[in-house]
Amino acid sequence: MIPISWSLLLSAVLFTIGVVGVLVRRNAIVIFMSVELMLNAGNLAFVAFARHLNSIDGQVFVFFVMTVAAAEVAVGLAIIVNTFRLRESVFVDEINLLKG
Amino acid sequence: MPPLFALIPALPLAGVALSLLLGDRLGKRGTAWLACGVVGLAFLLAVRAALQLAGLPAQDREIHVTAWTWFRVGDFRANVSFVLDPLSAVMALVVTGVGFLIHVYSTGYMAHDPSFRRFFLYLNLFMFAMLTLVLADNFLLMFVGWEGVGLCSYLLIGFWYERPAAAEAGKKAFVMNRIGDFGFLLGMITLFSFGGSLDYDRLFAAAPHVFALGSAAITCATLLLFLGATGKSAQLPLYTWLPDAMEGPTPVSALIHAATMVTAGVYMVARCHALFTLAPATLEVVAVIGAATALLAATIGVAQNDIKRVLAYSTVSQLGYMFMACGVGAFTAGIFHLMTHAFFKALLFLGAGSVIHALSNEQDLRRMGGLAERLPWTHRTMLVATIAIAGIPPLAGFFSKDEILHDAFASGHFGVWLVGIVGALLTAFYMFRLYALAFRGPSRLTPEADHHVHESPPSMVVPLVILAVLSIVGGWVGPPLAPGGNPFHRWLTPVFAGGPGAAVRELAPGTEIMLIALSVVAALAGIGLAFRVYLQRPAIAADLERRFSGVYRALLNKYWVDELYDAAVVGPVYRAAQRLWRFWDEKIVDGIVNGIGYTLEGVSAVLRLFQTGFVGTYALFFTLGVLAVLLFFARH
Repeated sequence: MIPISWSLLLSAVLFTIGVVGVLVRRNAIVIFMSVELMLNAGNLAFVAFARHLNSIDGQVFVFFVMTVAAAEVAVGLAIIVNTFRLRESVFVDEINLLKG
Repeated sequence: MPPLFALIPALPLAGVALSLLLGDRLGKRGTAWLACGVVGLAFLLAVRAALQLAGLPAQDREIHVTAWTWFRVGDFRANVSFVLDPLSAVMALVVTGVGFLIHVYSTGYMAHDPSFRRFFLYLNLFMFAMLTLVLADNFLLMFVGWEGVGLCSYLLIGFWYERPAAAEAGKKAFVMNRIGDFGFLLGMITLFSFGGSLDYDRLFAAAPHVFALGSAAITCATLLLFLGATGKSAQLPLYTWLPDAMEGPTPVSALIHAATMVTAGVYMVARCHALFTLAPATLEVVAVIGAATALLAATIGVAQNDIKRVLAYSTVSQLGYMFMACGVGAFTAGIFHLMTHAFFKALLFLGAGSVIHALSNEQDLRRMGGLAERLPWTHRTMLVATIAIAGIPPLAGFFSKDEILHDAFASGHFGVWLVGIVGALLTAFYMFRLYALAFRGPSRLTPEADHHVHESPPSMVVPLVILAVLSIVGGWVGPPLAPGGNPFHRWLTPVFAGGPGAAVRELAPGTEIMLIALSVVAALAGIGLAFRVYLQRPAIAADLERRFSGVYRALLNKYWVDELYDAAVVGPVYRAAQRLWRFWDEKIVDGIVNGIGYTLEGVSAVLRLFQTGFVGTYALFFTLGVLAVLLFFARH
């Protein structure tokens, strides 16, 4: 059986990649994918713990996260599509009108 | 026997509510019917209540009704409760009766006013407040009415608020009344802190045990109450608002500033006779203030040229008589004069209103004259009222004024009595001066007014006639020389019985007849003098004005009391307020508010730098924040 530390390590690596992706990429869609990556890193940790603790709770949580992620994708993509229609661009550093 | 009398104040209030709810949908006719109807109904209820009361044995003539408990604090209970006894019955009858007639009169007088509905709304509101004042059975509810009539007075004086003088007069009346009301409030608090209750019954029953006769506490409390009375009833030193209050519509002057509201102070003193008789010093003050006001106002009235101002000073003077009566312990006489005065002074004002109406708003006596034939009904009724106020038997004013003078003499206040006689002479003089200048002699009308002269419509004349009848017969309930006291006395005996100061010595019939003869002679002398000076030899008046120009100017300018008050009180207060506004308000209060604003603006100017608009920046801050929190938890 795979030790839990491996799974957690993988989860941490994926999460970090996601964070870095959000921070450094300019394309909104890629940022979006990075966010998804972070969510799924979290899911992986949940599943790993569920298995480790012999409990179903973690797996149930994963379903919730997936549901939320699906909803988020729907809203997020809609925003991106509309932004593109308006500005013909999906680069976030060109969208900076909302500031104090 | 259901005590329906508690509905008397509720009816005008219902009128107000209906008028507010239905609004202009009622139309002028509907508004007039509603307003007069509720007051008329209240009058019928008052009559019924008085008859019920008369049917009871004398010692049982006191009915209390508690409508509901207003609020409760610890042991203290404020009830909305009313009392019907001979005194409040007389007051309710006078207020609703005269009030009803004036309502009817107003439907004619105000017929062409665009704010017709507002006028009747205020009038009904006033009736509600006034009836609450006279029917309340505790000080707190009386104070509600007391303030209510003050408010209505303000609203109605400034009814034509687009005229600066009217707005100014309303403000003046309100502020001066507030000074008095403050005294009233303090007096009330003093009484409560000593007597432990604000109910008349309990307080008056406890008073002789709580307060020693003539003690400082009761003297102080009653003086404070009397300060309230001087404000409301326009006595020295707070009388200057009443003449200015003539800026209001004439029916208002008749209702509020002659017949009802200004008598509230007299009613209050009479109601609290159990307290005032415990403080002989206060009673002396009341008598002296009353006498001084009666004389001072009468002298000013002699030289005024505005028909309503003459009547206003006359009112101040007659109120002085009422206080004179209360001050010498003759509360019955005071209330008697209150009643007869309500009849003839309301009639005088309404008659003056009829004249003003006929002359297209001319109020200056110098531009009247010779109206007797052209306004026959106004003239006849005004003549009746003028004779009544002058004190010629058998009209109403004679009986009440004579009783006051008699009681002043009998109680040993010869100075007060003398002032009263001189005042009676002056009263007869200035009233017949008014009569002669307005109705007799050659016409001095402006051509334009002359063209429009017309007798008033029936809605105005009928109330005049009814009031004229009352001015004639109103005094017959209290004839002098009646063995065992006259009927009016016997009616009020249950209220005023007892009390150490109430005893007025009986005079020998010979002395009494001599006093009557003296007061009638004084009145006749005043009338004769007025006719001689203003009708037969108009030159005398001009000659006197020239020869005593200093005195004349003092009278014409009302002894410069207004100017004195302006310089001594109004000006300094105004300047102090201005300084406070400039310094405290603008610098300190506004400074604090603006300071908070500026601080927030400065802080947010810095914080705004973090808000670049780039999603990446926000994500970075977010991540750094999460890392910081994680680090924080990791270390603890």
